[in-house]
Amino acid sequence: MDRKVGIEVSIAAAEAAALCDVDVVAAYPITPQTHVVEHLSELVASGELGAEFVPVESEHSAMSVCCGSAATGARTFTATASQGLALMAEIVFIASSMRLPMVMFLSNRALSSPLSIWNDHSDVMMVRDCGWIQIFCENGQDVYDSTFHAFRVSEDPEVSLPVMINVDGFILTHVVEPIEFWTKDMVRKYLPPFQPAYSLHPDKVVTMGAFGMPEIFTEQKRAHEQALRDSMPIILKAWDELAQITGRKYSPVELYRTEGADTLILAMGSICETASLAVDNMREDGKKVGLVRLRLWRPFPVDELRKALAGAKDVVVLDRAVTPGGGNAPVTSEIRSVMYHEPEKPRIHCMIAGLGGRDVGPDDISRMVEMALIDKTFDYHMYGVRG
Amino acid sequence: MAKPIEEITWQEIELGGVITEPGNASCYHTGTWRSQRPRYIEERCIRCWRCFVMCPDAAIHPDYDNNVFVWNYTYCKGCGICSYECPVDAIAVEEEGE
Repeated sequence: MDRKVGIEVSIAAAEAAALCDVDVVAAYPITPQTHVVEHLSELVASGELGAEFVPVESEHSAMSVCCGSAATGARTFTATASQGLALMAEIVFIASSMRLPMVMFLSNRALSSPLSIWNDHSDVMMVRDCGWIQIFCENGQDVYDSTFHAFRVSEDPEVSLPVMINVDGFILTHVVEPIEFWTKDMVRKYLPPFQPAYSLHPDKVVTMGAFGMPEIFTEQKRAHEQALRDSMPIILKAWDELAQITGRKYSPVELYRTEGADTLILAMGSICETASLAVDNMREDGKKVGLVRLRLWRPFPVDELRKALAGAKDVVVLDRAVTPGGGNAPVTSEIRSVMYHEPEKPRIHCMIAGLGGRDVGPDDISRMVEMALIDKTFDYHMYGVRG
Repeated sequence: MAKPIEEITWQEIELGGVITEPGNASCYHTGTWRSQRPRYIEERCIRCWRCFVMCPDAAIHPDYDNNVFVWNYTYCKGCGICSYECPVDAIAVEEEGE
């Protein structure tokens, strides 16, 4: 283990990408961009990082450059947020369908309108079905460690899929946290060189991104979908090895004080730290409440979730995005879906909170749990809305 | 192509749909689309090569021995571009027979 430093989380993520000796960084440097690529551009400019920094003319081009870069076998990184993700969305789906390994740091921010630069999960939920591996981080150390893990999983020949690291905008991206840094030696042991199955090279000619007739389209979608599901054991193995190196163990579904809990809070991202404080408070008051933290959003950890939620009477899902006119908010819908065939299923309550940077404190979360338990007939609630 | 496209299973698809066999588009016979057929009128042709250049399927080839152009109807999809582009009306377009 190297040193522990107080550092802004975005800068730490950039340092992690640099430590992975990334070859190409393509990004569009304007709001809502974070300091991640700004710092990487500084490292490239100063000569500390021997990478190609491509300051493209739009986010659409950023992802296009990343696709081309990954196709040549270069280690590829980018970062974006909200409107930037919206603009690159077309190519985001292409990157995964073409099985191009790369890592994207997504600062989760609200989609306009109204114009907002603050945190919620509406941007990532827009590309929920893009076929990337999608991980949600709770704190700065988590973000830093996830960068190494993401490259390791993404470039694994058995996986060969892009990985999206979701980091709550401002709440995580712009705060200074104490982060334990990795050494070059640790990275060398953990992250092997990128050896793509196919690359664009004149010695071995291949065509990438070809036309798919109706006779073959379904087969290719199935192959992609299966590859995403089959990435699970490799994700787990990479987390196991990360634990051996760092002593920090990450899992698809993480539990906090769930022993004997009747009621479980389920959430993703930085709100989980707040929720853990709420759980402490409620436990002190004698309430049997625990927290289920969903770290891995794609591939969806179905078995782990069923196991975690088994035995609970109520599950309160903290959703950070709205599905306007839909069956329910995105996380709640999926949780209900995986529990539907279980012989004993909890009531699953939806609480939409923290939209567009609205602060959610521990007391808010305790209040949400109370509201969900009191009004059993009304299970779709936009918490804290006036009127 | 080793296997006809309609027989390839999802397990056999190359990673990300990569095509490892260059030029395999030729396995796809666009001539099956044809509802109209170009007919070459040799005596009008001035050998300007415009049809050869404009054909989107590279289905028109010169026959040097006989100093004429020939159509490959396996790929000619009957789009009529050759006829449209011909400056001397040397390519007629006719309904494809049954």
